Parts: sequence; C-alpha cells; structure tokens
Amino acid sequence: MERIFMGEYDVIVVGAGHAGCEAALAASRMGKRTLMFSMNLEAVAMMPCNPSIGGTGKGHLVREIDALGGEMGCNIDKTFIQCKMLNTAKGPAVHSLRAQADKNRYHIEMKKTIESTPNLDMKQGEVTDLIIEDGKVTGVVTKTGTCYEAKAVILTTGTFLNGKIFIGSSAFESGPNGLAPSNELAENLKKHGMKLRRFKTGTPARCLGSSLDYSKMQEQKGDEETVPFSFLNDKVGGNKISCWLTYTNEETHKVIRANFHRSALFGGQIEGIGPRYCPSIEDKVNRFADKERHQLFVEPEGLDTDEMYIQGMSSSLPEDVQLAFYKTIPGLENLRIVRPAYAIEYYCIDPQDLKLSLENRQIENLFCAGQFNGSSGYEEAAAQGLMAGINAVRKISSKNPLVLGRNEAYIGVLIDDLVTKGTNEPYRIMTSRAEYRLVLRQDNADLRLTDKGYEVGLASEERYKRYLAKKENVGKELERLNQKTFTPKEINEFLEAHETSPVQSRISMADLLKRPQITYKDLAQIDDETRPELSYHEVTQLEVHIKYEGYIQKQLAQIERFKKLENKKLDHELDYEKIDGLRIEASQKLNQIKPESLGQASRISGVSPADINVLLVYLEKRRRGK
Amino acid sequence: MMEDTIVAIATAQGEGGIGIVRISGEEALTILKKVFVPVSENIKSRTLAYGHIIDPESGKKIDEVMSVYMKGPRTYTAEDVVEIQCHGSIISLRKILDLVLKNGGRLAEKGEFTKRAFLNGRLDLSQAEAVIDLIKAKTEKTFDVALDQLEGAFSAKIKEIRADLVDILVSLTVNIDYPDEDIEEMTYEKLSEALKNTRDKIVKLLSTANTGRIIREGLKVSIVGKPNVGKSSLMNTLIGENRAIVTDIPGTTRDTIEERLVINNIPVVLTDTAGIHETEDVIEKIGIEKSKEAFNNSDLVVFVIDGSNDLDPEDHEIIDYIADRKAIILLNKRDKGSVITAAKLTKAMPQAVIIETALIDGKGSKELAAAIEDMVYGGQVSHGENMLVTNLRHKNLLEEGSQSLADALQMTEIREPLEFIEIDVNRAYEALGEIIGETATSDIIDKVFERFCLGK
Repeated sequence: MERIFMGEYDVIVVGAGHAGCEAALAASRMGKRTLMFSMNLEAVAMMPCNPSIGGTGKGHLVREIDALGGEMGCNIDKTFIQCKMLNTAKGPAVHSLRAQADKNRYHIEMKKTIESTPNLDMKQGEVTDLIIEDGKVTGVVTKTGTCYEAKAVILTTGTFLNGKIFIGSSAFESGPNGLAPSNELAENLKKHGMKLRRFKTGTPARCLGSSLDYSKMQEQKGDEETVPFSFLNDKVGGNKISCWLTYTNEETHKVIRANFHRSALFGGQIEGIGPRYCPSIEDKVNRFADKERHQLFVEPEGLDTDEMYIQGMSSSLPEDVQLAFYKTIPGLENLRIVRPAYAIEYYCIDPQDLKLSLENRQIENLFCAGQFNGSSGYEEAAAQGLMAGINAVRKISSKNPLVLGRNEAYIGVLIDDLVTKGTNEPYRIMTSRAEYRLVLRQDNADLRLTDKGYEVGLASEERYKRYLAKKENVGKELERLNQKTFTPKEINEFLEAHETSPVQSRISMADLLKRPQITYKDLAQIDDETRPELSYHEVTQLEVHIKYEGYIQKQLAQIERFKKLENKKLDHELDYEKIDGLRIEASQKLNQIKPESLGQASRISGVSPADINVLLVYLEKRRRGK
Repeated sequence: MMEDTIVAIATAQGEGGIGIVRISGEEALTILKKVFVPVSENIKSRTLAYGHIIDPESGKKIDEVMSVYMKGPRTYTAEDVVEIQCHGSIISLRKILDLVLKNGGRLAEKGEFTKRAFLNGRLDLSQAEAVIDLIKAKTEKTFDVALDQLEGAFSAKIKEIRADLVDILVSLTVNIDYPDEDIEEMTYEKLSEALKNTRDKIVKLLSTANTGRIIREGLKVSIVGKPNVGKSSLMNTLIGENRAIVTDIPGTTRDTIEERLVINNIPVVLTDTAGIHETEDVIEKIGIEKSKEAFNNSDLVVFVIDGSNDLDPEDHEIIDYIADRKAIILLNKRDKGSVITAAKLTKAMPQAVIIETALIDGKGSKELAAAIEDMVYGGQVSHGENMLVTNLRHKNLLEEGSQSLADALQMTEIREPLEFIEIDVNRAYEALGEIIGETATSDIIDKVFERFCLGK
C-alpha cells in the first residue's frame, strides 16, 4: 500500500482512553507537539465498565495524578453526579474519595479539554504499525496508509488490541462496547519483537432504570458534604442521584449453576487471564458456593440516560441466562436489559519488559501505559498514561526520567509492582500494596508531588501557587495552634461538652486537636479573631498532621532506611551472569529486569538477600577498581 | 542490611579470662549508653571506660566490664564500633549480648563485620572474594540444614502462628481496601481477641527458649547441702574422676567448681557449691556468696542431705531457701543409716523428687541421671511444652513479633485506626517469617482474593 506522509510530531499517542488522554495532555502541556489517535473519537475518555472514579487506592491515584498536573481529578469534579468519602470510620491514610460519573459528560468534558489544548491534535484513525529504525521508534502508520513521524510514541491500546468478546457460546472480534477492534497492530508489534499475551476482563449488563422496582432495594445516597478530587477546586457541586443496593439469592444461584456449562468462562473458550478481584457472577457462585447471597449495586450511568449499571454482576453467560438470573433479584424482577454483560479478551505486554520510566526496553522511545501494560482500572491507566507522557517528553529532551518511589506515591507503587514483579492478572491498586500507607495519603498528594510536577513543566503556575499557599497557610496555622493555650478554667467546659476528659493545666489548641473527639471545626467555638479562613484541603491536612504526627514520624524514619538501598544505582549495561557469587536464578532474573537500583533488585522474586549482598560487594569492588 | 546496628560475641566461645561483645553501626554508642554505666562520667572515643553493665529495665547489675567506644570511620568496619570486655564466661557474654539485642542491636550474621568492613572500604580488594565466599557459604548452609525433629516441630509452630497472623491481616486488608463489600466487619473486640490469642502463642513459645538454651548451653545444675554431706562425692561419681577434693573436714570446698558433662544425652553444667551456712571465715564467706549466686542462676538444684542424721536447723535453712525451686533431694549416706525418711521430706518439700543414695559407693547415681532426664523432657525444668527455641536469632525475632503485637494490642485498646494497627501486625508477621525464611507479603493479597468474594 502507498504510504502517505502526513506530518511530524514530537509525541504520538496511540489510544485515547484514560491513559491516552493523560499521556497526550501531559506531553502537549509540557510544550511538545502531540498527536493523539483514537479508533473512534466517541471513545475518548470512554468508561466502558463501571460509572465511577476513585475508591480505595484508586482515589489516591486520582489525587496524585491531579497533584502532578493531570486531568482526571478536574474532569471528574466537573462531571460527577454523586460523591462519597469511603472508609471514614478508619484513619485518614485510607480515606478514599469515590464519585459516580456521568459517563457521557465525562467523555465530552475530556474531549473539550483536549480540543482546546495548544500543541495537541486529535485524530480518528487506526494505527496499524510502528516505524522503527535502528531499534528506535520514529513514527506510526495508519490503516489508510498515512504515516506520521514522531520522536516518541506511547501505546495505550486498552482492550482494543485484537479484542474478542464472549457472551455464552458466541465469540466475536470486537473492541469494548461494540466498537471496532484493532487487529493489525498486534501482528506488527510481534514482528517488531514484542511479546504479547492475553488478558481478560468483563462487564455486567446495563438495564433501564424505569424497569426497576426501587422499593425493594436500599437507597445509597452520597455524602451530604461533597469534596473535590482536584487540589484546584475548593468546592464542587452537589449529589444528583442515588445508587441502589440489592442482593442475589438461592434462586439466582440455582439459575447460574444450572447453566455453568453454557458460560464462555468455563467452556474453555477464553484463554485470557481474568482478575481475581472482579470475578464474574458465575465465578463467584462457583468459588464461593456456601455464600448465600452476593450484593450488587445498581448505579445510574448518567443524567441524560435511563441506563443503569449492575455492579457486582459481570458475566459471560448467554443472554437468556443473564435475563433469567437478573430477574430473580429483588427489584430487578421486570428488568429490561439494553446491553448484555460480556467478557472481553485482549492483547497486552508483560510489564517486566519495561523500564521504570515506562519506556520499552527493546524499542527505544516507545512508551507504554494502561491496560496494555497489564493493569486494570481507569485510574491505574490514567496514572501510567501521565507518567508515560512526562517521561516520553523527558526522553526526547535528553532529561532523566521522572520515577516516583514507592515511598513517594501510589503511582510509584503501581509502576514498580508492574515493572519489577510483573503481574499474572490485570493489576489493580490496593492501599495494602503500599508499604508506607500512612505517608501516602490523599490529603497530602499535592505536598508530595506538586513541586515535582511543576519542575518537569506540567503542573500549572496556578496549581503551584495554590500548593505553596497551602503549605504556608498550614504551617502558619500549625504554629498558631501550638502557641495559643487555654487554662483549665477556660477550656474544661468545652472539653466536657465534647465528652473528653478535663485538664489540670494549660493546654494548647494543637493538643486539643490531638484528641479524637475534637475537630478543627469544633475549635472555632473557642477561637479568637486570629483564626484564619482555611480551605477544605488545608483543614484536612492540618488535622491529619496534628492527630497522627507520632505514627507518621515513625513511618518517615522507616522510609529513610528504605531509601538507602534505593539510592544505590545499578546501570542497564551490567551483565549479571558475569558477577561471581550470584545464584543462577538471580542472575537470570536480574538480566531480564535490569533493575535501576539495589532496592528494586531486592524486590524481584528469585533474588535473595544473599544475592543483594553479593551485588553490594560487587559494586564496591567496581567502585574501587575505577 | 547496612543500616542497622549489629552485635556479636567476638571472642571464641569457651572458657577464657575475658570475653568481648562487639557492636557496630549508627546506634552503637546509643546502645552502649543504655546498658553501660561508667564509673567516671563520660564515654570518650578510643578510651577504655570502667563500669557496669546494668539492665535498664530491671536495674539489675549484669557484669563488671571495661568498654571502649570507637567513632567511625577509623574502625574495623569503618562504622561506629563499641567493644564491651567482660568476664569470659559464656553466661556473662550471653547476658550482655541479650541485653544489647533488646536495646536495639541485631544479631550479626556470620562474617557480617568483615562484610561491612569491606563495603565501607576498609579491607583490601583481594579480600572481596573471601567476603563473597562467606555470603555463599551462608546461603548454602541455609539450604542444607536438615531440620531435626525438634526444629521441624518448631517451624511448624511458627507456621501455625503465622497462619493466625495471616487471618488477622487478611481481615484487616479486606476491611480497609473493600469498605463497600458485604463482608464481616473487623471490630476492635474481635481484633483484640485475635491479637491476644496469637501473642499468647508467641509468648508461650518464647518461654521455652529456656529449654532450648539447656540443649545448647547445658542444664545448669547446682549441688547444695551442708558441709560434708557428700556433695563432692556426688560430683566425683557423676564426673567419674577425682576433680573435687573429698575430705571429712567441713568447708573444704571453698569456691564453686563448674564441670561440664553429658548425662543421658543432656548437656549439664554442674556447680558444686560451698555449704550454705553462716560463717565468720572470710574466704568461706566469699565461697558461700558465690554458691548462692550460682544456684540462683541454676535450672535445677540437687540438695544433698545426710540421711543418717536427723535434719538440723542448717538443713531447714536450706530447705527454706530452695523451697520454691525445681529440686532433686538426695538422701545420702544410706550406707550409714536411715534416720530421715522420704515421706518426712516430702512433707517439707512436696514438689521435690527424692532419691536415696550412697554416693560413696556410687549407689543412686543412675536414678539421679534418670530423674534429671525426666525433668528436662517432662517439661519440669522447662516451661510447659517441649517446644524448643534453641537459637538466639529465633528468640530475638520472636521477641520482636511479641513486642509488635503488644503495640498493636495497645493501639486496639485505644481504638486507633485499623491501618495503623496493621503496620505492627505486619511487622510481627515479617519477623516470624524471617525465622523460617519466608517474608513475601504478596501472599496476604492472594489470600484476600482466595477467601473473599470481592469486586464489580
């Protein structure tokens, strides 16, 4: 086919899902001419599965993306229809914001942002091949024969790459949500030497809200006080909808069990590996046979549609069975399905083939992000997209990559887990994957990351100023709270009113705030005119800082120890098989991953503490040899 | 790895005049200051200081020592180094080592001082290979160790406790990471109970550390009794050689005599003591004080009585002194007569095992050996179970686990957030994992998905 040269860019992003959008926005905002391809522009920032952003761990990611200068937080703040802070019964480290999105508006707002961003072009088209010269990617080719040159390319193909949908015994080539799959790129990637593998995920049916009986379900309202994701916003709009809770029952399970043999999942047609944390309903009934009921949430997909998402009930059973088992559920007896549940299989890479910068280890200047890297979830994808975008720009500007440590961000944990440990199923972030959970909170994501985002040229001037102001305001107020004290006579009545023990001697406001019964808001009752007007983000930061200082200090000390091994760098040229004393398994693994630090090496499975000692000795030997 | 402070006994084990405990790392001086009280005021680098090792917790004096602090980098490891020179007995060395471990030190691995010296640039490059060999040898050894029955039982016990901790961690994880799911809530009451139960198991296991020490260092048996009741004869019978002096004049055995021997496969450290009685004789007084000390430190007391004469006030004094101890009473000199009956003694010391002997003829020594064996394996001189913690490193890690769980419990009592508590539970889990060489934390997440039905 004729090749038509169509233009030159600094960065080309293949895919416009949550990873692609962040990657493209980051690259263009950092001043690079960027082109973003999408198979279909209706799929820009599409949410083909659950209609929510955030949740445990994921909410942390969104705040971090925002702190660095990403878009996800702002976009969900504009388009959410219900918002809830999860885990408020627990401590501040695991408080997690989650918002129900208006899916269509989420897509539209993101697309508008992309359309109005300087340096950024968007194109509907299917990229079918990469142009590679001397092991370096230099451009892309599309289905219509057009070619675009680029200094760096970012692959964020999601579930499009040879996507295959399974419903019962039927299986057909398809991208998500009935969109066309991308079938040529995968073959060409293989030709370029990339190893691909199949992963699987699934989504439940959508039904019409008007067909449901809400009186039989429990209403799930949003929080009275809504809270923004983005550090750029002090306030956001209110809740507009409710979600609904109901349960399966023995009847449901009977229908499912009777049709196990008709599920694509058990029929052996699906070769891809699905995630354990979002099993299909047939999988749940099969694996947890003694569980009498499974909960499900019915969630609106947006304000301009009556479609409802049935969370907890993904399936690859045939449509007649789907209808039959959904109808056994209280409230769903008369439901009308508008989109059936399906399982989808797609190609992705082994993330161990990447560097921590998300650059491919075999093909220079090729970066990868999102489900293509074996992760799952909008937030995980967006986080990687953002980092791939930043690092693609850094690479073509001959600058060191921005790699966030496990002690700095959930984004760091996510990428280090993927690249260092690999994954055998679509990877989902969890707060328990982070060693330093007390420090990696959503309230301080800006304090952890905004100066980094600003330094690389991504976080805006406005964001940076807000960050500095917050730091200053919190610092000043902290000092004031420590200095202002009360005598027992002045304060004991207040303490009794808040059901906490009275004091015998003077007590500072900061010490008052340490008590679990007292909030910063409560202190207003006894405060004077010097009390400043603080924003939501500032108040949260202040309270967490004071209430948990001891524990946080302890964790910071652990981080100092952790950093010692992280700071011992290893170079990519090292041939571990030539290092005497390493066990064979260890040297093979080290050669495969080529870790960037001794810390990273110590996290590779198959590398023992003794191997790390051998490496330490080797490094010292080499240092002295020079 | 390189960031903690390590400690080890630096001198060869066995009887030497002086023993050295060496500490290296950032915390070396801090630890020294915690356990060492110098006679003169301050501790200066590279200056010997005389003073005492004192347990900061109990205030108990452990030993009289010389210590020296050497500020890095001009030291063997190029780190801050402390050396404590104490009396050469293994008891003294062990106690000081224990104390340092309790106050922030970590037991050094074999060759670790040398490794640090190399990594910190102190040793010649040619020694690098030797360091690697050390590391390799250690790895191989770890793989080669054939667990004998006792150790097998020990690791099974560790695994059992870890399984408990996994249950707790899985519940915590699922409660923290899946707040929306239909799962059993981890209440503070449940958590507290689970933590207590698990900690009790560790504490119980730790209490057997003493039995483990018996196997390693020997059962400490002290022989007490009035002068001239046959203590030295007992010693001689047991040792089978003429080591202690045997005479008919009371008070000949002026000092304590220690003998190491193996009785029915149990290593025993036998201490013959001067008779415990009031005396004006200065030399003898010192001997008596030492006797008291020796048997205060002993695992088992063998009380020898002249059975051919009635109990006199001195015997009663000893009976009072040892009443609450694990004891075997030898009714000796049966060849000369039976004035005291076993029944009569049982009344006075109901817990004691009573054996009738005629030690001068070697009669009754077999029965004594059997009684000692019974007491060790019957758990009477250990604490309860036959589980053995024989390794100081294991004991340390168990103590760390126990402490972490105590911290977790305390936080549970004051209702701190679950994710704070999880940190300490996880630390306990890791510490126990280090004992059996398993530290992976990803297995918690695996278990979460195995046990709970989660997700969209």
